[in-house]
Amino acid sequence: MLNYLIRRIVGIVPVILVIALFVFMFVHLLPGDPARLVAGPEATLADVENVRRSLGLDRPIYEQFGLFLWHALNWDFGNSLKTRIPVTEEINLRLMPTVLLTICAMAWATVFGLLIGVASAVNRGRWPDYVGMVIAVSGISFPAFWLGLLLIDVFSVRLGWLPTGGFESAKGLIMPSFTLGLGVAAVMARFTRSSFIEIFREDYIRTAHAKGVPERRVIWKHTLRNALIPVITMVGLQFGFLLGGSIVVETVFSWPGLGRLLVDSVAYRDYPVIQAEILLFSLEFILINLTVDVLYAIANPEIRFK
Amino acid sequence: MSDAVIPAATTAAPTVRSPLGEFWKRLLRQKLAMFAAGVLAVLVFSAAFAPWIAPYDPTAADYEQILAPPSAAHWAGTDAFGRDILSRIVYGGRISLAVGFLSVSIGGIVGIALGLIAGFYGRWLDSLIMRASDVLFAFPGILLAIGVIAILGPGIDNVIYAVAVFSVPTFARLVRGSTLALKHAPYVDAARATGVKNRWLMLRHILPGTLPSVIVYFSMRVGTSILTAAALSFIGLGAQPPSPEWGAMLADGRSFLGVASHVTLYPGLAIFVTVLAFNLLGDGLRDALDPKLKNA
Repeated sequence: MLNYLIRRIVGIVPVILVIALFVFMFVHLLPGDPARLVAGPEATLADVENVRRSLGLDRPIYEQFGLFLWHALNWDFGNSLKTRIPVTEEINLRLMPTVLLTICAMAWATVFGLLIGVASAVNRGRWPDYVGMVIAVSGISFPAFWLGLLLIDVFSVRLGWLPTGGFESAKGLIMPSFTLGLGVAAVMARFTRSSFIEIFREDYIRTAHAKGVPERRVIWKHTLRNALIPVITMVGLQFGFLLGGSIVVETVFSWPGLGRLLVDSVAYRDYPVIQAEILLFSLEFILINLTVDVLYAIANPEIRFK
Repeated sequence: MSDAVIPAATTAAPTVRSPLGEFWKRLLRQKLAMFAAGVLAVLVFSAAFAPWIAPYDPTAADYEQILAPPSAAHWAGTDAFGRDILSRIVYGGRISLAVGFLSVSIGGIVGIALGLIAGFYGRWLDSLIMRASDVLFAFPGILLAIGVIAILGPGIDNVIYAVAVFSVPTFARLVRGSTLALKHAPYVDAARATGVKNRWLMLRHILPGTLPSVIVYFSMRVGTSILTAAALSFIGLGAQPPSPEWGAMLADGRSFLGVASHVTLYPGLAIFVTVLAFNLLGDGLRDALDPKLKNA
């Protein structure tokens, strides 16, 4: 197991380096002079040269990359071009709201997705299956931002039960996490259903039926355990998509999280913030994928020795 | 006397159907997928003939009719500039469908080429391409797209490239898998033995074999891409006003929730119906192509 873990962690290093290189190159891919971007539109030529020197933009590109990596390791991305405060402070402020939103969305989506999936698989070909799968395919196709607006329209503007957005109270979490989780719940439901149906066909399930194990026990003990392994992978992958989805949902509900910060910084071309955010998001995905793979390896020894 | 007798019809009914015939037969039996195909046909038709179908000019303001609710004159009401929402949705269909098809086509062509090369040549080329697509695959599409837009700048043209990027790894994986399976199929080996060049072998003999699964994913990806493009426009990084793009229309309507909900209701419905239709069609194609996959 330790061997597998070390192999996986070593395998990640080149991926992180490639992503860091892309994020670094990003400034040079932008049209225009990065030093002028930082100095601002009113800067004189001398100011721009000063900025160029202080940022190290006059040095050879490989030296710049080394410097960038060093700063990134120390979690230093310079100051935001828009607010002039350190990027890391901006990010620290917004980390918690996003994490909270993502976890809430994941929690309800997993529970409901699993329940709908199991109900559909058990009642395959009958009405609960059709209802479940109609919900699932609609959930996948439903634009999260439209759902968010519909919810605000009904529950905030018309009924006045819930706040339209913001992070002030626990009530404010209900609509954003529901909106964010719907797509995931739908994917989970479809996936759980097919995973269950596959396991139902296995010989050991037929044996369990044949020896008279009660139906309920076959479902919850024999099938669930085995069907859950691929589902765990799916939960991990969906975490990544939730982080992506949070970008849109945070915009709908004026949620002070990382997603909205990213959108604002792209619109403003605030490149130190963009760099830090893309690096941070990438690291999150890589760590989530690693965790999923390790959990999977714990559950299924075959993978460890492949 | 010498008139040749033409047989009216071949009497023996064909007992063996072609794979394509079997596929059509199974596809036509899928009622939901056929319904979705019908919806898409209507959408494509209305987008193509938008100037004749839309009752009004999609960008013409009418300050007498600001935020008017749905009526006989304006079936879906009007927006904050008095523009007819139905006309804007009809014209917006052009944008969404074009973005969907173009982006998936670009991503598909690049992905198919990479997948063919990876599967056919193997070794380090394979590892390189597959490692790279694994990295891309790990990211949610919208984040990749925002990264691309951060470089290229906001705008609907750039959205096409941004959304294309995240179709590449899907197609590359898919085609690589089929290529590996077909590479040593007897008919490919036979072609190779007759001296067919590698490039021709890939394009003429292997590529057609990979197409069925490509078509299924194409349909599903178009739906996803339309959704992502609309999301990008909604957050202000895609189509810019006064473009009648559906996502941008939703963003415009945000300020009038509760006052004039129809401004957000209909464009959202248009996105939902379009994406749903592509997904249902994709499901149907998949089931028709390989009945074994029905529950996969």
